[in-house]
Amino acid sequence: MAAPSSAYKDRQFLAVIGDEDSVTGLLLAGIGHVTAPPDNQKNFLVVDSKTDNAAIEEAFERFTTERKDIGILLINQHIAERIRHRVDSYTAAFPALLEIPSKDHPYDPEKDSVLRRVRRLFGE
Amino acid sequence: MSGAGNREAVFPTRQSLGLMKLKLKGAQTGHDLLKRKSEALTKRFREITRRIDEAKRKMGRVMQIAAFSLAEVTYAVGGDIGYQVQESAKSARFRVRTKQENVSGVFLPAFESFTTEGNNDFGLTGLGKGGQQVQKCRETYARAVETLVELASLQTAFVILDEVIKVVNRRVNAIEHVIIPRTENTIKYINSELDELDREEFFRLKKVQNKKQRDTAAQDAEIIAKRKAGEQKENDRENETSGGGDILGDDEDADVIF
Repeated sequence: MAAPSSAYKDRQFLAVIGDEDSVTGLLLAGIGHVTAPPDNQKNFLVVDSKTDNAAIEEAFERFTTERKDIGILLINQHIAERIRHRVDSYTAAFPALLEIPSKDHPYDPEKDSVLRRVRRLFGE
Repeated sequence: MSGAGNREAVFPTRQSLGLMKLKLKGAQTGHDLLKRKSEALTKRFREITRRIDEAKRKMGRVMQIAAFSLAEVTYAVGGDIGYQVQESAKSARFRVRTKQENVSGVFLPAFESFTTEGNNDFGLTGLGKGGQQVQKCRETYARAVETLVELASLQTAFVILDEVIKVVNRRVNAIEHVIIPRTENTIKYINSELDELDREEFFRLKKVQNKKQRDTAAQDAEIIAKRKAGEQKENDRENETSGGGDILGDDEDADVIF
């Protein structure tokens, strides 16, 4: 039921999977973080047309399940579309998964996994 | 028998009847409470979904503005700063922390954004030109991220509430459709068994009474017979002392009495 406070106590970072512009902008806002030298894990992934889906899925997996310090995962909607099955089957509360619009792809509420759930619940 | 349906395995005694009645009452109270809880949560849930809808729309607008300001930066700096920014990101300035809110016994975590002062990874970005635009862009994006954080809290609350409401509703339904009918069935069963026992007991008592009546009647008859016999003897003795002439007549009397 209510998640124990240990599940989100030290989740203090945001993570991004997005195209270059979105990532740059969000990094400028100051969300970028690189962990201490031994593993040097970044909390962002830049995706372009050359990045294959496996890499995106791996980053998604890393941000959602492996790392315990991420509270919110931002993902561009058009990238979420590429790994839609993973995004749709993701139901955990932490980290919160948020689909954000990108510069080239305007926001489409119809595709958002959460909004779709909202719509289904209210039978629209 | 009514016990043939779904019921609990209990012995049909008055004690377990009392227990079952208590249990039924408890189940009904629990059902009412849970139903109320579910309603309170659903109310909250609807409010949150409405706010999510609004926030998502707002996010669309805010992100558009932010993207535009980034375009301004690219134009002013005269080149792509993406690579430089990605490489110089070291430590997060913008972080979130979680706090809790209690809704009908459910803890809903909410994110709260805060900026750590003192570290600035992008001090050199836009040093040559376009520094002002970079600054503006950072502010715009910081505001956008705040909106995103707000939305993320709502969404987390949504996910958790959704789950909790499902659990609560499942409990409500379980009590309503399984536990209460079962307990009622058990009570019915116990009642019918007790009635049956009562009837048996009554019948047995009646039998015993009949037997006793028969026995007492027989005993009475015996006693009377004995008494009669005693009287007869006395009479006989008297008759013997007085004389044996009336024996026949006495015998006739005795016949009449019996």
